[in-house]
Amino acid sequence: MSATVTSLRLEGMHEPEPAAPIVAAMESVAPSVRPAPEAAGPDRMKEWARVAVGAMIPPALGLLLFIGLWALIAHDGRIPGPSATWHSAVKLFADPFYDKGPNDQGIGWNILHSLQRVGIGFGMAALVGIPLGFIIGRFKFFAAMTAPIISLLRPVSPLAWLPIGLLVFKAASPASIWVIFISSIWPMILNTAAGVRQVPQDYLNVGRVLALPEIKVATKILFPAVLPHILTGVRLSIGVAWLVIVAAEMLTGGVGIGFWVWDEWNNLNVEHIIIAIFVVGIVGLMLEQALVFLARRFSYAE
Amino acid sequence: MEKFVELDRINVVFPTRKGQFHALQDISLSVAQGEFVTLIGHSGCGKSTLLNVVAGLNLPSSGAALCAGREIPGPGPDRGVVFQNHSLLPWLTCFENVHLAVETVFGRKEGKAKLKARAEDALKLVNLGQAMHKRPQEISGGMKQRVGIARALAMSPKVLLLDEPFGALDALTRAHLQDELMRIVAETNGTVIMVTHDVDEAVLLSDRIVMMTNGPAARIGQILSIDLPRPRDRLKLAENHHYNHLRGQVLAFLYQRQMRRQEAA
Repeated sequence: MSATVTSLRLEGMHEPEPAAPIVAAMESVAPSVRPAPEAAGPDRMKEWARVAVGAMIPPALGLLLFIGLWALIAHDGRIPGPSATWHSAVKLFADPFYDKGPNDQGIGWNILHSLQRVGIGFGMAALVGIPLGFIIGRFKFFAAMTAPIISLLRPVSPLAWLPIGLLVFKAASPASIWVIFISSIWPMILNTAAGVRQVPQDYLNVGRVLALPEIKVATKILFPAVLPHILTGVRLSIGVAWLVIVAAEMLTGGVGIGFWVWDEWNNLNVEHIIIAIFVVGIVGLMLEQALVFLARRFSYAE
Repeated sequence: MEKFVELDRINVVFPTRKGQFHALQDISLSVAQGEFVTLIGHSGCGKSTLLNVVAGLNLPSSGAALCAGREIPGPGPDRGVVFQNHSLLPWLTCFENVHLAVETVFGRKEGKAKLKARAEDALKLVNLGQAMHKRPQEISGGMKQRVGIARALAMSPKVLLLDEPFGALDALTRAHLQDELMRIVAETNGTVIMVTHDVDEAVLLSDRIVMMTNGPAARIGQILSIDLPRPRDRLKLAENHHYNHLRGQVLAFLYQRQMRRQEAA
């Protein structure tokens, strides 16, 4: 007697297809149903507009209040008020990409240089941190081995690493990239490791029952299951990286938004400092939102 | 009758924080090829643990577990498992879920077209040809469980292991899937071990019902042969005296002999 009995032979079998008549039935009913939502169309648009306006009122009020308070505080002339800052910003952003030597470049160049440093440092942190997180999450021995080092180094202020970077790389730009690297690696390691530990046992059992090779377990089960956690780590990391770059560039100089803030302070151009604060905030917000969007794309419903 | 799955004095002991937990004690059972055996018992009696021993997900602490004459070393595709909570990977479509299993088992020997056909055939066998490119969260619980069955069948396993496969479904869907399972098993002449807590399901589907005592240290309390002719029709069986007699025996075991022990404990 052959051992394999549950082979899938379908010859001569005619499958009943229960879904087909239901679909047909729905189609025949549809025309009489359809006009209703169309008639409700304009109403629905109005409803949508009402909800959208309703959602926008509180944030708009908050911003107005903020600008009002700012104007009030700026009234005695110690810091520039909203309108002075606005006029200065219009002038500044009229020509964001001028280049008059290394210490006088447009705001656009400064932002791009900072973003480039963040990109490189953060990218390298991801390349190292995510695989490391996988290993730490998968093997208890390795987790126990790295735990003391991680808990010791993680709370260290990122800028404390700057002298080490300057010493090793002997240049300002790689030193600030190094600071970005070391400060953004921890959230990625920890979140990836936590994600790997939280992969449901059911999914791993599926892998065992199907006798999937380890590489398939990694690509088909572990990685997709952990991806939302990784993206959380990435999101936290990019926030930290963007926070840190401003401070690092203030100390190291060169072209970059942090240096620009310090340079404008030396010029006593306070409008530009306030503009820089907004620019840093807006760029940070955009980075965050881009990653939130990415995370939503790759998350899965249970 | 050829002994196909053979369990010989199986004991399963789990280490826990409070010491050792003796889940199964001296379980000996053989299942013949083409036989449909259900394991029934109250919650926590270790019936899933016993199924997992055959699946290779739990290893026995002592005793021997054999499948087709060989010791069960761990999980493997020769024993297709259908999990209670379907366990489909949510980031893959139904087709991809089944294809993953097919690819692992037959990927080395067969071409792409053949693998695709295998996955599609398995999904058609469980009447899911229409929804195969949907993701698990887009289909109903009953359909998910069908995909789970298709995934197990697609590997052409020697034994099909079902762990309360219909437990989470509503009564109508459950009846429908039971009928489908009977059809598939009849078509493929498969060997099946199924865990259930549903007496009607056990009597309707099984050739033999293994009734387990309450844990800890659960044993086989009684084995009942269901000699009703196949194909079986649930409507006709409802008025069949022999069916009702068999059903009564299982109920008596579960609710008189085992309940009393539970209350006394």
